[in-house]
Amino acid sequence: MNSVIMGTGYTLVHVPDMVINNGTTQTTERIVNPGSEYMEKLPHHLRSYEDAVGYMPNQTYIGNMTPEELASAEQPWYGKRMEKAERFGKFGEIMPEDEFLLLMQACDSFDLVFLSREFVTETKSKLEKHPLIEEAILSRIKDGVDDDEVERFVAEEHAEPLYYMNKLVGYVKRAHDVDPNLSAHVIHENIASKATCVLSLLHVIRQSGVAKEAIDYVIDCSEEACGDMNQRGGGNFAKAAAEIAGLTSASGCDVRAFCAAPAHAIIHAMSLVSAGVYENVIVAAGGCTAKLGMNGKDHVKKDMPVLEDVLGGFSILISKNDGIHPEISTRIVGKHTVGTGSSPQAVITSLVTDPLERAGMKILDVDKYAVEMQNPEITKPAGAGDIPLANYKMIAALAVMHKEIERSGIVEFTKKHGMTGWAPTQGHIPSGVPYLGFACHDILEGKISNAMIIGKGSLFLGRMTSLFDGVSFLVCKNSGAKEESSVSEDQIRGMLANAMREFAATLMEKQG
Amino acid sequence: MDLENQKRVKEMAEKFGPENLVIVLGAAEGEAAGLAAETVTAGDPTFAGPLTGVQLGLKVYHICEAEMKEEIPQDIYEEQIGMMEMVLDVDDISKEMTAIRSEYCKY
Repeated sequence: MNSVIMGTGYTLVHVPDMVINNGTTQTTERIVNPGSEYMEKLPHHLRSYEDAVGYMPNQTYIGNMTPEELASAEQPWYGKRMEKAERFGKFGEIMPEDEFLLLMQACDSFDLVFLSREFVTETKSKLEKHPLIEEAILSRIKDGVDDDEVERFVAEEHAEPLYYMNKLVGYVKRAHDVDPNLSAHVIHENIASKATCVLSLLHVIRQSGVAKEAIDYVIDCSEEACGDMNQRGGGNFAKAAAEIAGLTSASGCDVRAFCAAPAHAIIHAMSLVSAGVYENVIVAAGGCTAKLGMNGKDHVKKDMPVLEDVLGGFSILISKNDGIHPEISTRIVGKHTVGTGSSPQAVITSLVTDPLERAGMKILDVDKYAVEMQNPEITKPAGAGDIPLANYKMIAALAVMHKEIERSGIVEFTKKHGMTGWAPTQGHIPSGVPYLGFACHDILEGKISNAMIIGKGSLFLGRMTSLFDGVSFLVCKNSGAKEESSVSEDQIRGMLANAMREFAATLMEKQG
Repeated sequence: MDLENQKRVKEMAEKFGPENLVIVLGAAEGEAAGLAAETVTAGDPTFAGPLTGVQLGLKVYHICEAEMKEEIPQDIYEEQIGMMEMVLDVDDISKEMTAIRSEYCKY
């Protein structure tokens, strides 16, 4: 029986200091062009927390604005604040950097994150007011260290500095003297990913109303790797984040497939639930510090704010069918195979038309397609165009080739079956999944009956294969059939007794 | 253009001779195609990669340009590129590419 989507959590963390210190565009620039004009200009292009909260695509990500409302808002979206913008939304929140540094420390299990005493004193009371951060997490925050210690570790011990408002307030220590996989840089990146994942887990628990103890399994689908020099990428972010979030009954594992990982992980999760192995599985991911300010040079050149200043996170709870929530169909799953080929035509055919045709459906039978939902305001200035729109045009072109629409109907198709992107360019974060919250809402409201989620990944970046990758699945209205509870022992005894009686009766008849 | 790709283009130009090399692009936008074309002709305009200040002047075309289309059997082109040809702004891409070639191409 199909599983259902029981809840969705979407979180952002505004981290302007990490844009400067941890984004790879900036760290590379510091090596290649030290003292460059770009690095001088960059701090003047960073947004305030209030601007990041008021930014309409961010408000859409956490559920305070619908994709339709965003699409009708005049561009540019930057430089404006949404009326009634709030930190918390239907799906999650936008956390400020100071509170996040404390959350990072709470997520540190090996005494690797240290914050200055003054900073902890100033910030802890803010985090204590957070509605979802309970004492179990708060109690993990340490009192803080002297400023001298922070400065010494950064200057002499290869520690990764932590800044807030351009002021040094802490450090992440290396976890090994020689192992590059446990360097301060890698530990910083991984703890930031873990902490953003934890935040999204807390929100999906709140949003779904399911008890923490009821979660059986967590699958992390981010793009980071944790491990030491003997097992780089050994894992396990999922279980590490579940521990901090208090999911005491859960085990978990990591699924990696670049930007396609969230869709792969959801197919894993729905299969586990549909097969009856687990009842509640969360697919979750934290954000990526490396991608902060990835297109910063183009944003600065075009005199825009640097829009890649947030870490993303999401959690999707997939549960046993309750007869109400939207189902994930086990029947309609698309996959790009080894033999598919890499032309866009072959890719879209394998992900869209092949699975639909197998189920006797057409392209137009799907109400909404969720593709790579990157915010076009981030990508267009960098020459990458409007990525969701390009994807919708490809699906529309396929519909033309399949004679479902006329060529003149391409633009209309992109409007009716597509959406304007709103997600930050954090790789796996925008990949189809940002729409699941709205999709569930609109299916439950009867506004749409189904939606196809498509995840695509650029495997060549890992230099192991030049193959492309992608998978897709269909979310649809619940058929209303509740999953029957398993048969009890008494029922089995009764069934056996009946069978024996029938068997005995047959024997008697034969003898008679 | 990706730094690794810049490195590969540079190495291939040295190995086979720049006059024997044709770069085929698949960028989705005129501007992106133009930037990549500029990189392999006039040098990396972002000053980040191995082609910074290296004026290779290579022949460079986008897969949707008429010159490339003529080189490929029609049925294969239709199967591999037909859909993208419908989606991309081919005129804009061709305009960008022609401008870059006429300014910087040496071969």
